[in-house]
Amino acid sequence: MFTVISFMLGGVVIGALLRKRDCSWTSKAITVLIWLLLFLLGVEVGGNTKIIAALPVLGLDALAISVASILGSCVCAWLLWRYIQKRRKA
Amino acid sequence: MKGSLIIVGFFILGIAAGLSGMVPESIIDGDLTFYALCALLLCVGIGIGSDRNIVTKFKSLDVRMALLPLGTALGTFAGSLVVSFILSGRSPLDCLAVGSGFGYYSLSSIFITEYKGAELGTIALLANIIREMVTLLLSPVLAKVFGPLAPISSGGVTSMDTTLPIIMASSGEQYSAVSIFHGFILDFSIPFLVTFWCTL
Repeated sequence: MFTVISFMLGGVVIGALLRKRDCSWTSKAITVLIWLLLFLLGVEVGGNTKIIAALPVLGLDALAISVASILGSCVCAWLLWRYIQKRRKA
Repeated sequence: MKGSLIIVGFFILGIAAGLSGMVPESIIDGDLTFYALCALLLCVGIGIGSDRNIVTKFKSLDVRMALLPLGTALGTFAGSLVVSFILSGRSPLDCLAVGSGFGYYSLSSIFITEYKGAELGTIALLANIIREMVTLLLSPVLAKVFGPLAPISSGGVTSMDTTLPIIMASSGEQYSAVSIFHGFILDFSIPFLVTFWCTL
């Protein structure tokens, strides 16, 4: 499971070593790989009748989680903002 | 925007292919997904490691602003945790993993599918798409109610690219450095956090 993360860390090292070269190809490669992986995810979802049937419920779950996450983040952002304001005034 | 639509388009294309039964089982069950995922993370890492400008951009930031990614993460976790008690089918860890996508719907859904299956992966995809869309649509409102740092927090990872323009319009151009820094830190942390919640 940690193999995947080690690929990212390995990439960071390679990238740092390649700083003098042009690494702009990475964004195109990332885009294409994401297309492939999302396609495969779609195939898996499409072939799974249980998920297809549950899609409305999954959508509601997703909405609930995202709204709760956004609210939580905004409240923390607000608190941090207040804290920074106070320090500035003092 | 166009990029996001194309990515979602591939997902829908995949669903159509899966529904039609055209794709041979061997492709789905095989290791193609795992190899593609490793290649993806390798490229993400190279992209991060080779960026010469990143460090200089960040040196100009107010130190306390640098706490924002932490605030976003903690707020997201708190929200996800609370909502998991309301959602009957989802465990707290499931919701925390989904929330840890911070708007990066492609990477988070791919990771979560690998660890926990396509159902939660689909929820992660939808939830993080919603997060990006809400930020794009409601940034002005969020800035008025919760202050100028809120649209950045709401955007999560996307604050460094897709939602950066709307954040600068809603909060002010002076927040561009914080926004990019914020997105960058979260981007880097997503593989760790998602893995953490999925393997607990």
